[in-house]
This record gives sequence, C-alpha cells and structure tokens, in this order.
Amino acid sequence: MTDQVDFAIELKNISKSFGAVQANKNIHLKVEKGTIHGIVGENGAGKSTLMSILYGFYKADQGEIFVNGKLTQIHNSKEAIAAGIGMVHQHFMLVENFTILENVILGAEGGQMLAKGEGHAREELARLQKDYGLTVDPDAIVEDVSVGQQQRVEILKALYRGAEILILDEPTGVLTPKEVDQLFAILLQLKEQGTTIIMITHKLREIMHITDNVSVMRRGEIIADRVTKNTNPQELAELMVGRSVLLKVDKGPAEPKEKLLEIKGLEYVDEQGVKRIKGVDLHVRAGEILGIAGVSGNGQSLMLEIIAGITKASKGEMLIKGKPVDIVKGVDAGQIRDMDVAHVPEDRHEMGLVLQFEEWENSILGYHNDPKYSNGQILKPGVIRQDARDMMEKFDIRPRNERLTSAKFSGGNQQKIVIAREINSDPDILLIGQPTRGVDIGAIEYIHNQIVAMRDAGKAVLLVSVELDEILSLSDRTIVMFDGNISGERITSETNDGDLGLLMAGIDSQQQDATNKGAQ
Amino acid sequence: MFELFIVVLDSTVRLSVPLLFACLAGLYSERSGVFDIGLEGKMLVSAFFAAVVSFESGSVWIGLGGGIIASIALSLVHGVAAITFRGNQIISGVAINFIAAGLTPLLGNYWYKRGGSTPALADEGRFLPIHLPFAEEMKDVPYIGNIYEELISGHNFLVYLGFAAVGFTYWLLFKTRFGLRLRAVGENPTAVDTAGISVIALRYRAVIICGILCGIAGAYLSIAQSSGFVVNMSSGRGFIALAALIFAKWKPVNALFACLLFGFLEAVAIPLQTYDLPLIGKMPVQFIQATPYILTVILLAGFIGKAIPPKAGGEPYVKER
Repeated sequence: MTDQVDFAIELKNISKSFGAVQANKNIHLKVEKGTIHGIVGENGAGKSTLMSILYGFYKADQGEIFVNGKLTQIHNSKEAIAAGIGMVHQHFMLVENFTILENVILGAEGGQMLAKGEGHAREELARLQKDYGLTVDPDAIVEDVSVGQQQRVEILKALYRGAEILILDEPTGVLTPKEVDQLFAILLQLKEQGTTIIMITHKLREIMHITDNVSVMRRGEIIADRVTKNTNPQELAELMVGRSVLLKVDKGPAEPKEKLLEIKGLEYVDEQGVKRIKGVDLHVRAGEILGIAGVSGNGQSLMLEIIAGITKASKGEMLIKGKPVDIVKGVDAGQIRDMDVAHVPEDRHEMGLVLQFEEWENSILGYHNDPKYSNGQILKPGVIRQDARDMMEKFDIRPRNERLTSAKFSGGNQQKIVIAREINSDPDILLIGQPTRGVDIGAIEYIHNQIVAMRDAGKAVLLVSVELDEILSLSDRTIVMFDGNISGERITSETNDGDLGLLMAGIDSQQQDATNKGAQ
Repeated sequence: MFELFIVVLDSTVRLSVPLLFACLAGLYSERSGVFDIGLEGKMLVSAFFAAVVSFESGSVWIGLGGGIIASIALSLVHGVAAITFRGNQIISGVAINFIAAGLTPLLGNYWYKRGGSTPALADEGRFLPIHLPFAEEMKDVPYIGNIYEELISGHNFLVYLGFAAVGFTYWLLFKTRFGLRLRAVGENPTAVDTAGISVIALRYRAVIICGILCGIAGAYLSIAQSSGFVVNMSSGRGFIALAALIFAKWKPVNALFACLLFGFLEAVAIPLQTYDLPLIGKMPVQFIQATPYILTVILLAGFIGKAIPPKAGGEPYVKER
C-alpha cells in the first residue's frame, strides 16, 4: 500500500469505567489529519468520556493514544496541550468574572509577570482574529458576552496554546442558528489551514453538513465508522439508537376515550435565550399510551418536566381533564399531583428518590400529605409501612424489606419503588420518563406490563423514551420530537423503526411522499 | 479636640493591624476557594507560641517565626482536611478554633503555671515602637507635626509591614501569574485544571500564605501590642477579620479600609463610654462592639452593594464526575 493516509489521532483499545459503569469499551478510532471528524451518539454513549481521556482529563483504564503517529502518554491536560490537542468543552471552562484576555492566557501566561504575557496575547489574538474571523473584545468580561462569543474564547484559548487538533464537545447545543453558521464558517477555515477537528454531537444534520468522516458510538463502543458522503441521516440514526433485544408486550387494541391531557402551543426558552421547545401541540386520551420518541436532548425531557409542574413554560396552554392549568406563571408539582397526575421522572436518583431514605419513606414521597398517611403535621409510620409492604408484595420489589436504605436496592428495584408509588396513587394520567433506563430484563418486562395495565384500566399514559423498541412495543400512538418540534406523528402499528429513525433525524418520509405525489 | 481625634486615629491604626493581617490571610485562602473560619484559632495559637518562643529564646524575631510556624501547621491541618480529603471546610475551621481555644491555656498552664498566661516579655522579646526621623523635631509644628509624630511615627515594625502587605497583595493578585491562577482557582477550578495547572498545589500554596499572615496577626497581639500571652487573647478578632473580608468583597485595598473602619469602632468604644452623646446619652459599649457584625449583615442583605464570594468557595474540587 503506497496510499498512505496520515492520522492526527489514533486510539487503540481504549477502555474506561466509572465504578460499575463501563463508559468506554475497547475503542478504536482513527482521525485523518486535516479533516473534520464527527462522533455521534446519544447522551451517555460515552463520547464526552472518550474525548476527556484524549484531553488527559480522565485516565483510561487501558489502551494507547497515538498523536501524529507517535505513541503519546497523556496523563493530564498539560500533556495534551503539549501534544497539540485543544478542547472546547460542552460546559465552557471559563472564569466568568475574568476578562477574555485573562481567560486566554490562564495557564499560558508566558512568565511570572502578567504584563508581558498580556501584551503578547493581544498581538496573537489580533492575528487569530484576522486569520479565522474569530472576533472578540479582549477586555470584555466573559459573563457579559454572548454564549457564541464565549465559545470563541474557548477556541481562541486552544489556538493560543498552539493546538493543531481541536476537539469540540457538543459545540452547537447552546448556540442560536446564526451563531452555528458562524461557528461552522470558522471551523471550515481552520480545516483549510490544516487544523484537524473532532466534533462530538448528537445532531445528525450537523454531521452531514460539516464532517468528512463520522464514527458512531453506542453504549460505550464505537459501532461504525463511515465516510460522511457515503452515509445518510437515516442510517446514522438507526446506528445510534440501535436495535436492542425486542421485547414483545402482550396487549390488546387500545380503546381511546376522552382527552385527559392536552397541550397547545408549548414553547420554552432557556436561560441563554435559546428556544428549546418551539410550539408543541399534543393530547393524550383516556385508555391510550402516547409515546414520545426522539434522540435525547430534542426537548422531550423538558416537556415532561413542564407537564409535571417542575419547570415553567415560556408560552402555551395545558388542560388537565378539561381544566386549564397555568404552566407559564407556574404551578408546582404538588398542584399537578392533586389533579390526579402521577409522574415517574426520567432520573430516579435526581428526582424520584431520596437515596438515603429507607424504602418506606420513599414509598410516600409527594403523597405525604394524604390524610391516610399523615395527621396534619405528624406522619403515621405504621400505616405507611404496612402500605409499603403491600406495594413491595404487589410490585415484586426485592428484597422485601421496607426498612432498607433505598440506595441499597438494585437499579431495577429502585425504579419499581418509584413506579409502585406513582401507580399506587391511582392517577388518571401517568407521566413516565425512561421507565426502563438501567433496569434489568426481568424488571423491564414487569414494568412494561404495569404500564399496559394502566392503559387498560382507562388511564392516559404519556411515555417518553429514547429506546425506540420500547416506544414501538408499548405506545398506541407515537410522536417524534426533533429540535424542539414534533417532526411527525404515527399510529404505532403502522410504522417501523426505519420510519421513526428518519423522523428522529427530522425527516418525515410520509410528507416527502406526499409532496412527491403532489409534484407529480 | 483635634488631639483627641489624633489619639483615636492612632489607636485605630494599632487596633486595625491584627485585623488587617488576618483579613488578608483569609483573602488568600478564600480567593483560592478554601473558606477559612479558623482564622481566630490560628491567631490564638500563633499569639501563644510567639510569646512562648520569644520568652524562651529572648529574640523577638525567633518568637515571630515560632508563631508563624504554629499557624502554618494549623493551616496545613485545614488544608489536608479541606483540599486532600475534600472535607467540609466549615467544620474543619470550627475544629481548629476549638483546638486553639483549648490547647493554648492547657499548654500555658502546664509550662508556666500562671493560669494559661505566659511570663511578661522583656523589651528585646517585643516589637518596639520605631521613631521615624525628625518626629521629635516636628512635634511642635501645628497639625502636620502632630499627625506625623503621633499617627505616622512611633509604631512597631509589624504595623508598617501590615500596610505594606496590602500593596503587596494587590500586586501579587492582579499583576502576577500566581495571582491570576489563584483568583481563577477560586472561581472555576475545572477551568484551571483543563488549562494544565494543578488545583491542589495552588490551593495548598494559598493556605500556607494564609498561615503565614495569620501567624503575624497572632504574634502582633502577644509580642507587639502586649508583652506576653493571656488566655483567649484574640477575643474574636479572627471573626471580625472574616466580617471585614466579606465587607471588603474579597479585595485587598477594600480590606484595608474595612479593617480601619472596624479598628476605628474598637478604638472609639472606650472613650465613648465616658461621653454623653447628644440625644442618645451614653452609648453602650456592646453596641459598638457589635457594629462590625451588624454592618456585615446589612451588607450581606444587599443594602451596600452586593458581596459575591468566590464562586467555587467552600467546595472541594472533585475531578471525576
């Protein structure tokens, strides 16, 4: 082979675990010099961990890193910088009350006295601004400038240190569309001048738009490498989500009745002024499961929090059993609960449980004011424990010890504690996020059957899941969210994973068919 | 009246200096992200050991060194607990205060059998007033001479060092590489780490500087202001210094003025007891003593601008998520 390709980065057999979680598993990755290489994958697929290893922020358990063909030991960020690697983190590594200039020189001050280094940095910044269009005001305080500007500071920091390989972790997540265009223009210019760029994202459109090569990560592994022009968003979406073991759920046809939950024109703008939900309408009827699919981070989690009363919406209306609820001024989660809405939050550790509590205490969280459980101010431990024991029996929570600290239950049983609590409150509407994340197969089946049983009992179920199979096997109707919008709605029995995969990438094949037909 | 005013200002200066050293000590530590409510304890321990070492060696300089070393030792205890073992910084600080309050009278009584106090120091064991040139000659020049002779001249070495330390701290913090990194590590340690700088080493250096300055503050009490240690000699000055630090919004030049203000309040407390103020009558001395704390609370409530502490203050740095 005379056709030699130069690799800026070559990773061989990299693995990394955090406790029991294997974040990276036997990763092999080659990045060609002077290209833009995309790494796609869902949240939690291990992309950021891998890049943090490359940047020396974490230490790999095993594996080798080659930079420009040379085996390189990277134990800390200093060594990564020395090897010519720069990183723009997802959460900017900036000192917010420092000036841009101070941030740029931090760690590369060029001597004990600042004055000299600052003078040099000013000249260098002026040059970089001219070469790459990276305009910033060096004397502005970081917290006063826009997010797009802050990101430029991060890029400037890397270039100032002489980075030839630039890693960007989810660079567009916080940017407005205009800022994204500006960023891409800068990246293309950098590439033209010989910089190698690695870009982590879960946005397929960006991958198709700007990268030369793309690697797909799922559950800590790289499962595919593609040349961007030889692939398409549909293939990438399918690779990202993957096809896990298909679990068949026995369920009869749905018998939808009246609308129990309705949302109109829901919008959400985050603190940075980025619109994360862009006008969503949906409804859930009694006796049906509405599934919301989508690559995580496209607005579905936020929407679930807004419906549950945890986050305030920026705009929109919500009707629960026909009664309007002010989601903009804000209601609290307790008020929503009082309207017979139960919520199984996406993250059971963050919102669902107090891990240091004993099981019986967690079994009434949020329902502690129920007269059955408390007498004004004082709890009735006897009644609560009896109910907790009954729930453990009914939902097969193991071990059957209500006095055990919740942290000591396995992930699946912790999830069952939350689900048992919420279902036991006999709600009319069940909101349920990622019901089987990190749950073992046996518990998955059980949880799925419980959800179907709720539907059959005439309840309205809103299910948010990033597991396509879960959506396909559970929901009666499916909505796919993409970039804060609903990219399509399907009757679940009339669709398949390919169709949903396209919707997850923002492409509606049915609409395309329709327009094609219209054109003919 | 003018002379009385000068006398009050003169004692303001004397009383401000220990506050100033302790306040700057806290400034280094807290700017690096390590909260330190153990200033009081470190001052007390330093006051004790400075007096002991000075008495035993007969040298004020060795005494000062002894005080500083004792204070650094406690600082390192705090550092190990707060930085290396990522413990709760407030609890560690409280523990240091208790250790100091218990240890000093215990050792003092064991060694000297005087109820915890150390024997009185001879002149060579103390920092004595330094008379600046021409102080004597200018004494009779109205106003200027008085100010020069009373207010500017006639203080001990540590007083002048304290004022110099303000300028030095400003320079170190804002004009040098070390200062930039120190300020950064208290705001966003992750940014410092990703820039290839050791967070741990930086914070230890800050904590050691804090120990040195606290050591001087304590030594000032026992071997400059007085001639020997008495039980609970610091009497809350470490906490007033902490209040001054918040009042100064963690800035060195502000710290000077905050300490002078709090020193002034201490200085007027005594003469005020003998004067009837119009409308109020006799001012209770407790009220004056409480004023620094009251002012700090008012400041924290947001009435005098906003005091924003270093963002990463009080939180141990954990790298792995």
